[in-house]
Amino acid sequence: MNQIRFLDPRPDIVARRDEIRAGLAELVPADCLVTDERELVPFETDAFTAYRRVPLAVVLPETTEQVAAVMKYCSANGVPVIPRGAGTSLAGGAIPQEDAVVIGVSKMSRILEIDFENRTARVQAGVTNLRISDEVSADGFFYAPDPSSQLACTIAGNIGMNSGGAHCLKYGVTTNNLLGVKMVLHDGTVIDLGGKALDAEGYDLLGLVCGSEGQLGIITEAVVRLIAKPEGARPVLFGFDSSEVAGACVADIIGEGIIPVAIEFMDKPAIDICEAFAHAGYPMDVEALLIVEVEGSDDEMDAMLKKIIAIARKHDVKRVKESQSAMEAATIWKGRKSAFGATGRVADYICMDGTVPLGQLSHVLRETSNIVEKYGLRVANVFHAGDGNMHPLILYNVNDPEEAEKAEAAGAEILKLCVDAGGCLTGEHGVGIEKRDLMLHQFTETDLNQQLRVRAAFDPAWLLNPSKVFPLDLEMRKAN
Amino acid sequence: MATETMTPASEEEAAGIVREAAAKGTTLEIAGGATKRGIGQPFSAARVLSTAGLSGITQYDPAELVLTARAGTPIAEIEAALAENNQMLAFEPGDWRGLFGANGVPAIGALASANISGPRRFVAGAARDALLGVRFVNGSGEIIKNGGRVMKNVTGLDLVKLLAGSWGTFGLLTEVSFKVLPRAETETTLVIHSQHEDEAANLMAAAMGTSAEVSGAAHLPESVAGRSGIDGGSATVLRLEGFSESVAARLGRLKAALPGVANASELDETASKSLWIAIRDVKPFAGGMKPLWKISVAPMAGHDVAAMILREVRGEAFYDWQGGLVWLQLDNEGDASAGIVRSAVAKCGGGHATLIRAAEDIRAATPVFQPQAAPVAALAERVRAALDPAGIFNPGRMVWNGSRKAA
Repeated sequence: MNQIRFLDPRPDIVARRDEIRAGLAELVPADCLVTDERELVPFETDAFTAYRRVPLAVVLPETTEQVAAVMKYCSANGVPVIPRGAGTSLAGGAIPQEDAVVIGVSKMSRILEIDFENRTARVQAGVTNLRISDEVSADGFFYAPDPSSQLACTIAGNIGMNSGGAHCLKYGVTTNNLLGVKMVLHDGTVIDLGGKALDAEGYDLLGLVCGSEGQLGIITEAVVRLIAKPEGARPVLFGFDSSEVAGACVADIIGEGIIPVAIEFMDKPAIDICEAFAHAGYPMDVEALLIVEVEGSDDEMDAMLKKIIAIARKHDVKRVKESQSAMEAATIWKGRKSAFGATGRVADYICMDGTVPLGQLSHVLRETSNIVEKYGLRVANVFHAGDGNMHPLILYNVNDPEEAEKAEAAGAEILKLCVDAGGCLTGEHGVGIEKRDLMLHQFTETDLNQQLRVRAAFDPAWLLNPSKVFPLDLEMRKAN
Repeated sequence: MATETMTPASEEEAAGIVREAAAKGTTLEIAGGATKRGIGQPFSAARVLSTAGLSGITQYDPAELVLTARAGTPIAEIEAALAENNQMLAFEPGDWRGLFGANGVPAIGALASANISGPRRFVAGAARDALLGVRFVNGSGEIIKNGGRVMKNVTGLDLVKLLAGSWGTFGLLTEVSFKVLPRAETETTLVIHSQHEDEAANLMAAAMGTSAEVSGAAHLPESVAGRSGIDGGSATVLRLEGFSESVAARLGRLKAALPGVANASELDETASKSLWIAIRDVKPFAGGMKPLWKISVAPMAGHDVAAMILREVRGEAFYDWQGGLVWLQLDNEGDASAGIVRSAVAKCGGGHATLIRAAEDIRAATPVFQPQAAPVAALAERVRAALDPAGIFNPGRMVWNGSRKAA
């Protein structure tokens, strides 16, 4: 397998390991510092497990002040810093390196304020995504972005990767639901961006920070938007004879002026895998499945579904199945949300995250199967069709080095295909290390240099998550 | 004020003009239709760089929900193309020409640069949320692409958000891609007359806590309501949009959930549209040069902020975004009362106030944009310098008193 390169550990830092650990010990309570070799192992990777690097130390601060003290120390001593949420990154965004200190926000997990009248929640950055919705659910509210990892992933990580989820067709991604952050800059300066008021007071630094993959600072608190829950929600399954037809149906639903909360797509291999795992009642005699979810009162949903079903009939839909109960609805979603886990039970896989304009869905699906077939591999497609965010899962055997290399090559080709179709490399997982070396396919070096200059305004010494996002061989990086 | 206007016919030509300015160390004022020229700190530049020659929709397939256009494309042209396909810019941008007595043609690039959003913003997001991708010329004359034509994109740093709301101080936008959405089939507005502004705030909060999907929540004191075509005293107005059966169902739910709506009336689609256009375009405060503040705070704080200010200076206010957006016009043309305004914002839980309109000498003597904490201001200046190192574009428009050198 072609190894993705990391920056070489700075020998002077590694040599000063004991001194740095001692320095950190003076800044945080003993139970907030991990230096024992065995205890460091859980932090050596994230959900992109093919790559592992044991960090120099892990700090799990309890307060913004502690984060600031550690950042200031690392900055003064030239020590790289790797921000970490729950470590669920699929792109290697939280993988450390031997000369780096990991700052994890997991101990900062308090919900600080729920304000229903202003429809905001202020939380510490280590709060998990789902916990916010759980906390406000009884009062009829929810937090909209819902990545598949929402049980574990933190708001800090969601902000880092601008996470999405299945329901962002209607409610947007993290950046559209984030009102403010408290953030520690590289030198320990603490700043507040945004708050309960809408729009930026000056330049939209909050918009820049969201999705910056831990390269601009460490988020310690966030203010997020709460939304009143709909009266009800109902997913409906539509089975089609081909992926192309399903794709055309999606385009027509949207073209008719209907924006469901979610439109999820699964092809035959994905249906088989998810059904075997979740017993969700997915039809087995179809080539492609759409899960279309509508919201509102029963009457509203009936009216909306009537329109959608009429459109699907025009595309010769083979199976239509409405969920009849909340439990059935939950099972339908369980099948979809467990797609990655269920796939992991039948094979190893790599998950792509390219996004394409909606008009290109059919073309990209077809070419994706061609590419994967060319490498003699299998692919399962499960993705957010409403917003063009594709998730082809390329199946392979991790113990077969040749096959692993093929899978990686096929993945890279698929991502290039997405870019060439007018899309992008990553919709919601982030670049991390995984897609870093493909950045020059989407951007020119001039484009990337502009991003690097903006990055340098935050982190002039290149200490924050340094091996990520930007190709290592850019001239501007090498100058650093 | 600059005299010579450059109107490049292509992005490449525009980049050449910028490179020349960078080489000579001169400055440029960026203008689309020049309808928002009076916003910001007064500044001067050697030449005007107009986007009027960079016009036209370059890509628009309604089923993709994305429209790409060159920066100088008139907004009217874009809205017409969208209307033909029953679509819209969901952030409901206002036409502010009435505020300034401007008669130019507002362009889409300037809309992005100013991040102008209307009543639906508090639920559907701002211009910056709909802006998916840009092409721009930076201060070194390089053509830069960022973002794209897709709704989910976390590929590299999001410079798109930075460009939105930068008022032309980061670069010259040459092309923008906006997410668009289907237009609602119909709309209606529930009008509830209430006397007290704190009651109105509670009412709007209660409405937003229901599942009725209110897409406009404003409160108009009596004088403002009258000028917006609403008789019968001060009014809290709540808009519902969507398919007709759904609007009817949600209206029923909304009325059932709110106290004291027995005497509420409803506006039909035509009247509803015209009301929200008036709110969107800030029509109650159109004309004249009275200082006009745009104040952004937590929704429940809006009426407290206005009351605190109006106890000290004469003027009037109305509230959009559930109370989170306060439009406040002061009577005395010669005094923007920035200290009073901003201290009220600070005392009521924070937020920001922008002096959208005032005579040039008043703006020269007032921080037009909210002054920031020192570390944030320093960071913002470093970011600006990363895009326009020599300070070519609209020098000093967003920063008060030349903490940044004007040419």
